[in-house]
Parts: sequence; C-alpha cells; structure tokens
Amino acid sequence: MSAGESIRAIQALAHSLGRAVQLMEVCGTHTMAAFRTGLRSLLPDNVKLLSGPGCPVCVTPIDYVDKAVALAGRPDTVVATFGDMIRVPGSRESLEQARARGARVRVVYSPLDALAEARANPGTAVVFLGVGFETTAPTTAWALREAARDTPNFFVLCGHKTMPRAMAALLAGGEVRVDAFLCPGHVSVIIGSAPYEFIPRQYGRPCVVAGFEGEDLAAAIRMALRQLADGRAEVEVQYTRSVSREGNAKAQAAIREAFEECDAAWRGLGVIPGSGLRIRPEWAAHDAERLLAGLDRPPAREPKGCRCGDVLRGLCAPPECPLFRKVCTADQPVGACMVSSEGTCAAYYRFGKT
Amino acid sequence: MCLAVPAKIIECSGNTAVVEIGGVRREANISFIDDARPGDYLLLHAGFAIRKWTEDDVREYRDLLKPLADMGGA
Amino acid sequence: MTFPTIGKSASERILLSHGGGGGRTKQLLRDVILPALGYDGSEKLDDAAYVETPDREVAVTTDSYVVRPLFFPGGDIGRLAVSGTVNDLAMQGAAPLALTLGLVIEEGLEIDVLRRAMESVGRTAREAGVRIVTGDTKVIERRTGDGLFINTAGLGSRYRGADTGVGNARPGDAVLVSGTLGDHGVAVMSAREAWGLSSRLESDVAPLWDMVRGLLDAVPGVRCLRDPTRGGLAAALNDIAEASGAGVRIREDALPVRDEVRGVCDLLGLDPLNVANEGKTVVVCAAADAERALAALRAHPRGRAAAAIGEVVKGPAGRVRLATRLGGERMVDAPSGEDLPRIC
Repeated sequence: MSAGESIRAIQALAHSLGRAVQLMEVCGTHTMAAFRTGLRSLLPDNVKLLSGPGCPVCVTPIDYVDKAVALAGRPDTVVATFGDMIRVPGSRESLEQARARGARVRVVYSPLDALAEARANPGTAVVFLGVGFETTAPTTAWALREAARDTPNFFVLCGHKTMPRAMAALLAGGEVRVDAFLCPGHVSVIIGSAPYEFIPRQYGRPCVVAGFEGEDLAAAIRMALRQLADGRAEVEVQYTRSVSREGNAKAQAAIREAFEECDAAWRGLGVIPGSGLRIRPEWAAHDAERLLAGLDRPPAREPKGCRCGDVLRGLCAPPECPLFRKVCTADQPVGACMVSSEGTCAAYYRFGKT
Repeated sequence: MCLAVPAKIIECSGNTAVVEIGGVRREANISFIDDARPGDYLLLHAGFAIRKWTEDDVREYRDLLKPLADMGGA
Repeated sequence: MTFPTIGKSASERILLSHGGGGGRTKQLLRDVILPALGYDGSEKLDDAAYVETPDREVAVTTDSYVVRPLFFPGGDIGRLAVSGTVNDLAMQGAAPLALTLGLVIEEGLEIDVLRRAMESVGRTAREAGVRIVTGDTKVIERRTGDGLFINTAGLGSRYRGADTGVGNARPGDAVLVSGTLGDHGVAVMSAREAWGLSSRLESDVAPLWDMVRGLLDAVPGVRCLRDPTRGGLAAALNDIAEASGAGVRIREDALPVRDEVRGVCDLLGLDPLNVANEGKTVVVCAAADAERALAALRAHPRGRAAAAIGEVVKGPAGRVRLATRLGGERMVDAPSGEDLPRIC
C-alpha cells in the first residue's frame, strides 16, 4: 500500500471510528519524523498524535547534567558527548556554557570516538556521557568492555534508560488516555517486539512498531486504527525490514554483560523501577560516578514555570506551556524539551505553525 | 532517539566494515552482526551496525519509497 | 637591519615580530603576501588606497572568515574570503570594485600555509575580476599554532539600477535557487577528522558576480538575491519572508541536493536546508520572468543545476512552509546556533 493509500485508509478508519482517538509515540525520532514528513498535517481532526517520553535527552534528570558539568571542570578531564546534550541547561549552566568558560567538552558521533580519545591520551580522564535508550546502550557496553581490557582512563557516566517499563508506568498512571502505542523503531531492532506484548495483554491497547519514513508512519497509524476498529489488541510490526520479534541477540548480550537493571529517575515521570541501566560492579572502575567525589555541584533545580514534565507525559502539548514561544524559544531554551533536537517542544517550535 | 541509516558494506574484516551511504564512506563496528559480507546493507547507529538487511528487506525499503518516485512530479 | 629572504622551501613559522609593523612585517609582505597576490613588490605601500567609482553611491560590505580546517575539499579560507565578500556585493546587485584584506595570524603558523592561502586569495580575486587594494597584517600570541583569520571588506557599484534587497519579495513571485544545496557545509564537515568520513564531495565556494551579472542582464527586475551561507537555505528564505512581510512556500521534491550530501546529512542527523552554501544564490523574481532567469543561470557554469523551488505567498507572513514529499506540509524554521551532528 502506498502512502497515499495509507492516508486515505486512515481517513476512512477515523471516520468510521467516529470518536476522538489518541495515539502515543514514545520515540523522539518519531516525533520529529511525524512533523518533518508533513504527516501530522495529513491526519484527520479526530486522530491525535501525542508525544510521550521518547527523547532520552529530555527525560535525563537535571542532576545528570550537573554531574556532567562538574566532571567537565575537573582537571585533566575531557567530557565526550553526543551533540544533543551540550545545550541542555543544568541547574547552573549547560555543557556548552562550561566549554565557553574553558571546560573540555568534545562532541562525538560514537562512544568509539571517546574510547579512541582515551587511548590517545592516557593522562586524561575521558568521560563518555552514556545517554540513550536500548538502541545506544549496546554501543556504550561495547566500549566499556574494550576499555576494561586496556584503557583505565575511559569512564562512562551512565544515564541509559529502557522503554517498556516507562510505557507501563504511563498506562498505570492513568493520567492521559492512550488508545494505542506507536512503538519505537530502532529500540525494537535491539529488544525485538516481544517486550511490548504485555501491553495488549494487561492493558488491552494495540501496539504497532513503526519505521521512520513518512510512508512507514502512515502505514503504522493505519494499522493501529485498523486494530481499534476491529476491537483487536496485539503487537504488530510495521517496520518488518528492521524489526523481528526476538531482536538482536548479540546487542542484548552486550547490554547484559556491561549493565544491570536499576531504578531510574525520569524527568517529569519520577522514579520508574527497573527502567534504568547501571554499570555492573565488575566494571565499577570505569564508572564516572566515582570521579564525582569532592566536586562542587549546585542543588538540582528545575527551571520555574517549565512544563517539560507534563509535556513528556503527554498531558500537555507544547503550545499549552505558558513559556512556549514567549520565554522559551529555540534560541533561548528554558527546558530540555526545547533544547533537545528531538524534544517535543523543539519539534512544535521548528515545524509547527504559530 | 534512534537515528539509524542504511549503508552498504564495501569491505569488512573482523569487527570492522567500511560502509557507504550516498557515496560517502565511514567505518562501522559490526560486532553485533552475524555473517556480514560486502554488498550487504547495514543499519548504522552511533558507529555500530545494529541490523543487517536481507535482500528482501532492501526490496521492502525500495518498494516503500517507490510509489512516490513513480508519481514523478505529481 | 636587513633580514634574510623568506625562502620557499623553509619550514619557517610566523613570529610575533612579523606583526610588528617594522622590517619583519615588510619582509613578510614583500616575500610572501604580495607575490602571492600577484604584485611584483614594486608598489608603494600607502596607508590607504583611492578607488574610482562611477556613481555617487558605493556599495560596501565586510565579512570575517574563521573557517576550520583552513584547507578543505574544493577550497580554503583564502578562496572563501574573496568569494564571500564578492558574493555579498553581488547579492545587492553590485559589481565588485575593490577588496581590502585584513589578516590576523597566529604566531607559529607555518609560513607555507600562509603563502598557499594568499595564493588562493590572489587566484580567486583574478577569477572574480577584482583587486585587493589595501590590507593589514597582525600577529597574535600562539594558542594552537595553526590559526589564520581573514577579514575582507568590499566596495562595489550598483549594476544598471539593480534593486535586489531582501525585502522586495511579493506574493506570486517565483523562488529559484542556482544549484545544489549543502555542498559547502558537508565538505567542511567531512574534512574534520572527528567525524571519520571520507567523501569526494567538494565545497561549492566560488565568486558569483559573473553569473549574477548574466542574470541581471536577462532579468533586470530581479526582486531579491540572497546567498544561503550560514544557516543554509532555511535562513535565507526566512530572512526574505520576514523582511518582505510575506510567506514563502517551497516543495521538497524540487530541492536540488546531491546524493552524497543527503547521505552525510542522514548519517549525522542534519537537515540539508540548514547547511551552509558558499557558491549559490536564492533568486526571487516575478513569476513571468522565472523561465528566463533559470535559462540565464543555467547558461553559466556555476548555475547549471539551477531550479525553481517554490513561490512567495501571502502568509503566514514571515514564515516559510514546505510541501513534503508525502503530500503534507510543515514549517521551515530559521535555524538557531550550531547545527551539531546528532545521534538521537
């Protein structure tokens, strides 16, 4: 079925369903793709696409940023990070601001680049900011395993989080009505589609694992509406070229080897049990947490008036935040949802009409 | 979060492959992939391959994007 | 006191005294900079130059160039310093009359690097048909030892009454672009070792006055010219929309983008609309003139891939809309800040 046919099918299904339908996607890349491809503008009025906590930068608690900034100020230390993180405001400043003051912060494309930097500079502590979901966690895990062999000056500040528990927490919280989920495409390449099966089973909500082209999202939305119209609830994979039920066994093994499950604080959602990853005790020597002793850090403080937490729970669309576009803009962001290149607020700001 | 792009393997040995996207080449780590060969397509994320596409997968991708290409200037 | 001539084969480096204004500075000018620019060293070095202008008004512009790395596929800081300023004049419909050349050089820079950059300045100036008439040289204390910063100011004269300011666009006008988008930014990024990319992509950096003059000859009533440099096409179109109090609507499938540029942008999570160009112009003209404008651009080697990409519309005023491949629509925002490669 072509995109045009999918869109016509969406319109027909939405019409026959008659009622307002709320689909939630939990992947920042989906948030951006839905806007960038113009798909949002093609959805019928009664089909709403909510954005959930799918942007790992946005859900990283402010004290993680404060830790990163403190580490950047440490002597003989370089903080290596994905580009997404450097403009996120901490309680006092962002990594970008710390860099302007002279702190050593380097943007990398891969944890391998951070590892290479550590190997090339044995006298420098290289701290990699491990942020991201299950798509990225295996890559950090691999770098840790390599470092454990021969690179004592490579560290990871681990902020990795896992998706399925967060989706369960949203449903259990009951604050926002989610009729069906669009499941993250590349997280699912790693974990497979099986981990979402508890959602239709326990909560009766359809799930469709979606790809990132406009055509993929259109097809996935059509499939979700079809399930709703049929009264079915199951996990379907639209992104079949990349996602299997079992996922990538080697990548999953890498995650298990380097990390163990832990409770994690999500900005806006609070602590979700078992939703985080932390470095296993065997490799504690590479955990950047131990470098924090004695470093000055401000008390963690969220910016006043910022509704990032509500946006991340799908409770409030960015235009409903009092700061949106008035005080909080892409040039002068207040919260992470605006700073992050995949933040919901950034998406609305860049791609949405006034 | 999950920017990943499909790239074709030009050469590979051990844990590393040289891949090409639109004529641009980069190294990629293939430790998470079984049996990667030149000519295969890989999905890349943060310098690692997270999935190998079979020929069916590549065809599915091309078919997905084709109808619009056929429409030409429509 | 005399100093030995700076020889071509020496691996000498810039010293603080080269910026002192005394004998060493004169030596640097005489042996390295002036010959590279095409002068034979017999010129008297006055404090200022007189430039003849045909009219009572003169166009003037200035820009500073701080690109890293200094040499990248398809160009270098020298070529950029001449092209950028010549193009700013061209965007205002002004033929270039003269350029100034201000150098801030870091102590420790290899003199050979300076020479090559200056030779590039000279070659590009000849290509653009403009002379460097005055300049300045300063040396700052060593930091990383490879710094070269260039400022050029340009004087120009209005070509046949051309009025191509950014605020002239009117609803109904056609929006064109003179060639492929994103080549420069991606070429520079590919050259930065940090991203580990190897590509055959070259920067498009080039002086455009010749092409623009051909365009103005064919369509004297061109409404706006804008070069999509920092911030890419998105920035240029937003500037036009805002200044003109109109909207701009472009079509995704009409945007000319090379496969390699798309590949690198996909990989690094960049949008080609936001990536810098240094050898392209946006053209806004009356719809009836669009075909003639395209033909004039395409007749020039630097405009072969010129394309019509959209139109000026009534609203929303000051905003730019994109009709997507999928058949939907979304806004194109003016980018803010550094476009960093993403992973998310």
